[in-house]
Amino acid sequence: MRFTVERDLLADGVGWVARSLSTRPITPVLLGILIRAESAQLHLSAFDLEVSGRSQVEADVSEGGTVLVSGRLLVEIVRSLPNKPVEVRLDGSKVSVICGSARFTLPILTAGDYPTLPEMPAAAGSIAGDLFATAVSQVAVAAGRDDSLPVLTGVHVDIEKDRMTLAATDRYRLAVREVLWTNDRPDIAASALIRARTLFDAAKALHGTKTVTIGLSPTGGTEHLIGFAGEGRIMTSRMLDGTFPPYRHLLPSESSSVAVVEVATLMDAVRRVSVVTDKTVPLRLSFSGDALRLEAGTGEDAQATEEISINFEGDPINIAFNPTYLTDGLNALEESYVQLAFTASGKPAVLSGRTEKESGAENSYRYLLMPMRYPN
Amino acid sequence: MRDETTILHVDMDAFYASVSIIERPELRGKAVVVGTGPRSVVLSASYEARAFGIHAAMPVSMARRLAPQAVFVEPEHERYAEVSDAVMEIFESFTPLVEPLSLDEAFLDVEGARKLIGSPIEIAKRIRDRVADEQQITCSVGLATTKFVAKLASGHCKPDGILVVEKLETISFLHRLPVSALWGVGGKTEEVLKRFGLLTISDLAHTPVETLERALGKAQGRHLYELAWGRDDRKVVPNEAEKSIGNEETFARDVDDAEVILREILRLSERTGHRLRLRELKGRTISIKVKFADFSQLTRSRTLNEATNITQEIYAVAKSLYEGLNLDRARVRLVGVRIEGLITKDEVATQLILGAPDHGWSELDSAVDRASARFGRGALRPARLVKPTE
Repeated sequence: MRFTVERDLLADGVGWVARSLSTRPITPVLLGILIRAESAQLHLSAFDLEVSGRSQVEADVSEGGTVLVSGRLLVEIVRSLPNKPVEVRLDGSKVSVICGSARFTLPILTAGDYPTLPEMPAAAGSIAGDLFATAVSQVAVAAGRDDSLPVLTGVHVDIEKDRMTLAATDRYRLAVREVLWTNDRPDIAASALIRARTLFDAAKALHGTKTVTIGLSPTGGTEHLIGFAGEGRIMTSRMLDGTFPPYRHLLPSESSSVAVVEVATLMDAVRRVSVVTDKTVPLRLSFSGDALRLEAGTGEDAQATEEISINFEGDPINIAFNPTYLTDGLNALEESYVQLAFTASGKPAVLSGRTEKESGAENSYRYLLMPMRYPN
Repeated sequence: MRDETTILHVDMDAFYASVSIIERPELRGKAVVVGTGPRSVVLSASYEARAFGIHAAMPVSMARRLAPQAVFVEPEHERYAEVSDAVMEIFESFTPLVEPLSLDEAFLDVEGARKLIGSPIEIAKRIRDRVADEQQITCSVGLATTKFVAKLASGHCKPDGILVVEKLETISFLHRLPVSALWGVGGKTEEVLKRFGLLTISDLAHTPVETLERALGKAQGRHLYELAWGRDDRKVVPNEAEKSIGNEETFARDVDDAEVILREILRLSERTGHRLRLRELKGRTISIKVKFADFSQLTRSRTLNEATNITQEIYAVAKSLYEGLNLDRARVRLVGVRIEGLITKDEVATQLILGAPDHGWSELDSAVDRASARFGRGALRPARLVKPTE
């Protein structure tokens, strides 16, 4: 095997598959990245039995072949190379990587029992890469990180005709995003549950891709897979087991008061006021008239308050939130204004974006946030 | 150094054994040993049992050989914690300066309480009366001008006694004791001192401090010399809030069955949750400990977003930590569950949960706690913890 490849192309291709490297492999071959050189293309792949990654990279292949090398080492080496053509060749049981004046040799791993990667499931539809990346990042922020509740570490994807609904919750907040996509199989209604971390990384890496194809394995099959493909890169992931809790009934249909404020103004105030407290100590908000008062800290501890002017309609309300969760919600909005809708101080608030102060709320993204309650 | 004996060391007499006897008066006056499993050690023994040579930390099997007629009882850790809390509360009604050393002993500084309540000895008597009246157990109190002499004094009047070591008696009291009575003199140090022919505290006190510093190292040599002359300026420091609460259990036989281990983890989670709720605490960091047949051990912990004292939440985390170990039928000797990062309940605002019913695990736990208070521990417990024969 022998080929020459552009350093940046190689780095992108290796970076994509490196996400699927196993960290605690049940067999050492899963620590490797498989490189197959064939007719002007490199095919890179990695697989941790749950997530598989494949990428194709254009290269000048003078001699075809397949090797398996340590994934971690390859990532480190490629990252450190100068921006020059990279020559790779197999010398006996070692692979040489030569770039400019730098030269590395790394041993090959036995590829004999390397598992077969799952096929990309049949395409269900497609969506623009940047839209997909934004939508995923907006909901992934609300996903749980606690492995003792595995269902909540996932993003739920619900497909119905040309509408795709993404949702995630850690029980304290719920983020829901609806996007339009191109459905190739309009007859199917399907849903999938994918680890939020995996989906977030993949969507982020596909941000610059014009169209991302999404594949779903047929329901009822033995393997429940979802796949993403775009511009020579493919990722498949096994879906999480379990049933995502029904959440649509949690979205309140009405509210008793609504506040509108510029996102940046509110974020700055939240950041300043929560300086005095630990991040799990509540931030208290009082809405009335056309002012919002933010307070943090009690009793003997350091305290902070700030008042900002807002547009407010409805019954005055006092409510307390975990400042981190509130900031996460504000950060996720694409618009410059946020609308906060309340029903009661023990009930969830709904954050949604507004492009202008007076415009209607954008309902494509909603972030439900449960308040905190003080002991009596 | 103070002139009056305002430092008290209060030590419960055979604490665990005495607590076990409270509810079983028929055991009073008998040799009672706390600890039953063939592989456990004796946690406590009544004075009647000690007469047979049984002492704490001795293997239960050996205690059974020494006194086959003794009554061996199961430890009741929740009860010990409850009685200990009650006793510490009694201490705190006399002075805020209470430094608990363990569940069953504490230092008290009653300097400031003299005007309000009376002389130190008067206070000591009243403490002993109240502990006996309210908790039906006895304690011994040592009074001195320093912490370490007070502790020695309580040890010398056990059980059920009071000993005052006045300032002027301190030296003569100390000097007839063996060096091993000094704080910080364990087996190794004792060996060294013996080689120098120093057997009593008097011997040590009459050795040039430079010699001691050479033999034991600068800090320890100087420290022991000061103690030998009754000089100890350590203050009684009220304990900071408890840092962690946990329970562990040694299996009667090494276990490799995950089902059995998880059931034990559930039981320990329940105990830990119960103790947290008794003290009105919540914690954020949950850890498990697993000790294997070869005595090697692992601990794993996870910090939650929200502090909890709910049994099922503690169990869910402990279970996932255990499963994360991916043990392949390894033989397990002991498991433990612990919770840290404790805060009192009123300090914490609760993060409400989306779509949670108005009544949940938290209400279940308080119902269990109420049933336990009324009908005894374990009156109400998860079905998995009920033995098939019950």
